[in-house]
Amino acid sequence: MKRWLPFEWIAAVRFLLDGALQTLVIVGGIAIGVGVIVFMSAMLAGLQANFIKRVLTSQPQIQLIPPDQVARPLRDEPGTVEVATVQRPTQRVISIDQWPKIRAEMQARPDVVYAAATASGSALALRGDTSRAITLYGIEPEIYFQIVKVPDFIVAGEAQITTEGILIGVELARDLGASLGDKIIVSTPLAGNRVLTIKGIFDFGNKAANQRNTFVTLRNAQSMLGLIGGVTSIDITVADIYTAETIAQEIQATLPVKADSWIRTNAQFFTAVKAQQNSNTLIRLFVGLSVAFGIAAVLIVSVIQRSKDIGILRAMGARREQILRVFLIQGGLLGFIGALIGSGLGALALFAWHQSARQVDGSELFPLILESELFIASSLLATLTGVAAAIAPALRAARLDPVVAIRG
Amino acid sequence: MAEVLRLDGIRKSYNVGTPVETEVLHGIDLTLHARDFLALMGPSGSGKSTLLNIIGLLDRPTAGRLLINGVDAGQLGDAALTQLRGRAIGFVFQYHYLISAFTARENVMMPMLVDRGRPDGEMERRADELLDRVGLSRWRNNNAANMSGGQQQRVAIARALAMNPDLVLADEPTGNLDTKSANDVFELMREINRERGTTFLLVTHNDDLAKSCDRIVQVVDGRIAVSGVSLP
Repeated sequence: MKRWLPFEWIAAVRFLLDGALQTLVIVGGIAIGVGVIVFMSAMLAGLQANFIKRVLTSQPQIQLIPPDQVARPLRDEPGTVEVATVQRPTQRVISIDQWPKIRAEMQARPDVVYAAATASGSALALRGDTSRAITLYGIEPEIYFQIVKVPDFIVAGEAQITTEGILIGVELARDLGASLGDKIIVSTPLAGNRVLTIKGIFDFGNKAANQRNTFVTLRNAQSMLGLIGGVTSIDITVADIYTAETIAQEIQATLPVKADSWIRTNAQFFTAVKAQQNSNTLIRLFVGLSVAFGIAAVLIVSVIQRSKDIGILRAMGARREQILRVFLIQGGLLGFIGALIGSGLGALALFAWHQSARQVDGSELFPLILESELFIASSLLATLTGVAAAIAPALRAARLDPVVAIRG
Repeated sequence: MAEVLRLDGIRKSYNVGTPVETEVLHGIDLTLHARDFLALMGPSGSGKSTLLNIIGLLDRPTAGRLLINGVDAGQLGDAALTQLRGRAIGFVFQYHYLISAFTARENVMMPMLVDRGRPDGEMERRADELLDRVGLSRWRNNNAANMSGGQQQRVAIARALAMNPDLVLADEPTGNLDTKSANDVFELMREINRERGTTFLLVTHNDDLAKSCDRIVQVVDGRIAVSGVSLP
């Protein structure tokens, strides 16, 4: 008997050890349940992180753009009838009104991490007798690269743009037959032709993006697109990616801009992520419930088996609350030990699955994310589930009439 | 001699307030003093187990007064009653009822552990002393389940004495033992009664054991039929 342990803990541990087989079976059940939760949560977190990384490192989380240009029919005197059809106006490339002020406001928000001004528009890339339509992004590299991780995708050269430099995708480079250091002509209707040097080639893993996206300095793009001093968008990253839509709506409601969040522009992807999270939560809930029922069943049987012991303890002066605690502790211990073993099993299974499950190109299917928080949360949850599951059996034990209990 | 137990007009009914209300004890008066060694006898169904449960504070009477060491048990709440039971009364049951998850020594320590909350050296010394007294020093670390019936009953006696109670209630303590073990256990209780002055109340069906007690009380149909008379 450990001298520092209170009576309730001593009795709880001894009762569990005395019914070793019963204890082993239920601990095994809890371990499998917790293992499944740990395995699934870590795998889904990995898959999700992978998807999110792919989506969010190649686009801003919120993009502020000028509001749609709408036709305003002129009204005559009261009582005159308006024309039946209003033709939609063309959407010219225009700058965001007072963009430096808006960007400063964005940067000051606590939920915004980075805000970068971008001037973008269509252009033609020419080399020899080949031409390709491109989207020219004029950026402030030091901030923009914090939002869209272009440097991470560079496969040749480096992500440094000089006044005469341009970054292009691998597909465009192939189409133009150009390589690092080559010069290409970028043509826009307003600025005519400009010769730029390829400083870096990137591969976003997306053919369309690799064909169309090109990056130049903000000043270059402004002059080539006829947007002197103007920008076409303010790209933003936020602290919590899942709040992007709420923040976008807030911004749109208060400023003269249109705010698109990644959630809206990737609605399908976001729905898939949400569905994944919901199904994971449901699975956790049901596994947790089955673990709770298992613990409760074992403890109910234990109370019946130990009714004489409980009666004797009561006859010896054990109070009801002491008996209650003995069984609550048993529930908590079962949950905790099961969670420890289950966490180990889950991590092991995840490691094995991570090693064997590969994508078509041989790269990992998901990054191995084993966060200590997951294990702590699982253990805590399993322990609490154990205690909660033990409440009914413990109350039953505490309420046992010692006379009836001793008689059996 | 100090009064350890006093019963005044104890009545016990079951199904109170229903059409099938049954009174099983009809006004029991009984007094036990320190050093008493009393046999409680009676046929099955006479109410002696009910009486023992009431004396042991495991059950409450429907009417009457019960005093343990001068304390009126009827005035106590559940917690105080439990504490009084733990400290003033020791139990020895027919089927010894040791807790199988613990060793002999730990079983003897149990009443002290329940009372004080955590084990300490004093509890261990007291348990060893009592096990030595009942002749089981060598078996103190044996699991309770791995002992003979006689040995288990001796451990149960040691456990009943752990809190140094004034009253030990023994419900047919030898009823499940062979003759030799039964005599040994009875002698042990007798010796403890003489040495320590502990009051014993034995429920027994064994006439020979009852004759060896100082006093016999016969319960018949919920009433004390004969008190203080030795069997012929």
